[in-house]
Amino acid sequence: MKKSYKIEVDCANCANLMEQAAKKTPGVADATVSFMALKMTVDFAEGADPAKVMKDVLKACRKVEPDCEIFF
Amino acid sequence: MNRKQKKMLVRIVVSAALLLAALLLPLPLWARCVLYAASYIVVGWDILRKAALGIGNRQMFDENFLMAVATLGAIALALYEGSGDFTEAVAVMLFYQIGELFQNIAVGRSRRSISALMDIRPDYANIEDGGALVQVDPEEVAVGSVIVVQPGERIPLDGFIVEGASTVSTAALTGESLPRDVQAGDEVVSGCINLTGVLRVQTTRAYGDSTVARILELVENSSSRKSRSENFISRFARVYTPAVVFGALALALLPPLVRLAFGMDALWGAWCYRALTFLVISCPCALVISIPLSFFAGIGGASREGILVKGSNYLETLSQVKTVVFDKTGTITRGVFEVSGIHHSELPDEQLIEYAALAECASSHPISQSLRRCYGREPDRSRVRDIEERSGRGVLATVDGVRVAAGNDKLMTELGVPFTPCRSAGTVIHIALDGEYAGHILISDVEKDDVREALTALRAAGVTKTVMLIGDAESAARQVAERVGIDEYHSGLLPADKVALVEQMLEAPGRSGKLAFVGDGINDAPVLTRADLGIAMGALGSDAAIEAADVVLMDDDPMKISRAIAIARKCLRIVYENIVFALAVKFGCLLLGALGLAGMWAAIFADVGVMVLAVLNAMRALNTKKL
Repeated sequence: MKKSYKIEVDCANCANLMEQAAKKTPGVADATVSFMALKMTVDFAEGADPAKVMKDVLKACRKVEPDCEIFF
Repeated sequence: MNRKQKKMLVRIVVSAALLLAALLLPLPLWARCVLYAASYIVVGWDILRKAALGIGNRQMFDENFLMAVATLGAIALALYEGSGDFTEAVAVMLFYQIGELFQNIAVGRSRRSISALMDIRPDYANIEDGGALVQVDPEEVAVGSVIVVQPGERIPLDGFIVEGASTVSTAALTGESLPRDVQAGDEVVSGCINLTGVLRVQTTRAYGDSTVARILELVENSSSRKSRSENFISRFARVYTPAVVFGALALALLPPLVRLAFGMDALWGAWCYRALTFLVISCPCALVISIPLSFFAGIGGASREGILVKGSNYLETLSQVKTVVFDKTGTITRGVFEVSGIHHSELPDEQLIEYAALAECASSHPISQSLRRCYGREPDRSRVRDIEERSGRGVLATVDGVRVAAGNDKLMTELGVPFTPCRSAGTVIHIALDGEYAGHILISDVEKDDVREALTALRAAGVTKTVMLIGDAESAARQVAERVGIDEYHSGLLPADKVALVEQMLEAPGRSGKLAFVGDGINDAPVLTRADLGIAMGALGSDAAIEAADVVLMDDDPMKISRAIAIARKCLRIVYENIVFALAVKFGCLLLGALGLAGMWAAIFADVGVMVLAVLNAMRALNTKKL
């Protein structure tokens, strides 16, 4: 299942780091972050609960970029 | 500027004022130190905070951490050497922040100008409620409702006109500037602008399925399909920063130790300074930002021309296309069958057409439809009796008391009527009146006017081979190929053969460049997906085409293919320029820094300057006018 979320992040490299962090989060099969569109597209693993997984994704992203925001 | 950016600007101004005061005012040393400290903290506190958080989260190599180390290091050096001159540390932080602010504004601005190009989103739909017009969210309009579109408004939903006539502009969707006339019964597509008259439109789709929503979704998602260059840069950025940091560490430790070993003065201070200069250049942002920005701008520029590219990766492939394979129907020809000739007829042409159209009036076959179109009127069925269809052969009917036979060679042979075979490409309908041969009507798919020019333009754009796949027989195929000037053609193909043939071409030894397949998206979806790049033409309103292709041309103008390639080439050229330029400057600065020829000032200017130039260069991809 694929969903996309609006994000807020200031620098392009941070967006790349967020993508890496999101990819490593359990429950995420794949993730891409587009700095230009300020969008994160998450492909959830089978049976994952998006709301729960996104909380972890946000937590992981905050670790690499404390000022980032994901709207979900 | 948004609020965040304004706040940053205020901080920069305050900090710069404090720094100038520290530099220029005749103050005692302690007061100057206070001013320096205040200036540093005002402009850099968030960097220090993020650096501390980064350490807590084991994110040692982010730019905040590096900037913090570099500037704090410079301060420590100044204290160690007892110079009391903190200008450099504070200025580096200040310029770094100015650079970040500038980047922020530039990126925000380009984001807006690109989004504005793609702004075809309708804000509201008008619904009539008891004589008054009410504006509602297009998403709330149910399928089958009647909406009112006033002149100057954007058509919010797909549908057909139930009342009114007007001209509509499809410019935002197709890049075609010539407006189109529409009247009651015509289909209209969401995203077009209604120019002259009031239209009442019955919707046929919900907002989410409407053309405009699908296009928006496609363009918005395009940047999540990343190109090879983008992936290269993000991989590079992951290696680059740690490498530079370790380089800095080595620079701070190794040369002084070597000097000590040779009994010279270690010069710790000088080498530490050089190492700190390294850290300032370690941020990969100029690279990381300019590449996706270039692609984003390229895709935006293309979409303004009615060329939708579904991802940066496809833009990259598009720039490398050397072979273009056309599926004839809908690309080289209009895909609309029309009467293209009337031969060997003793009667006036109109009369022959009239007989044929009337005889075929009960049939829904495409051939009879084109006959009726040529006839131009609704056939008067009362004049026709005894219609007898002969499947695969034709039709017999009595029109105005004359026994008309209209059909192919087989029908004529069956009826024992001697006929003149036709040498031209297309479908032939022989007509016999009361058993006497009366000539034949040729129906063929009409070629587009500018195919020849389009193929020339393709060659100019660097395509080395053009191929046409065609379902017709050999003789017809050769005629078309010669007329439009295509390099190679394959005739008599069934849809399944096309896949096999394209696969054969893909696997051909010694093939250079990429292969693009151009189809109209109708029953060639398998080939579109199989080719390196699938291009669908005339996709306005065709879901299948938008689904299957990688690049979607909203109208059916064959010139758009070469334009798309030119846009992609320009975009990729800018991408490579930015990669080479940013890398050259960075490595140049690293080298000069290591040799002690460039100080922190030069480093920060190089860093910020490269980024600004790369962003400005990236924005050139948006301009597609002069291609």
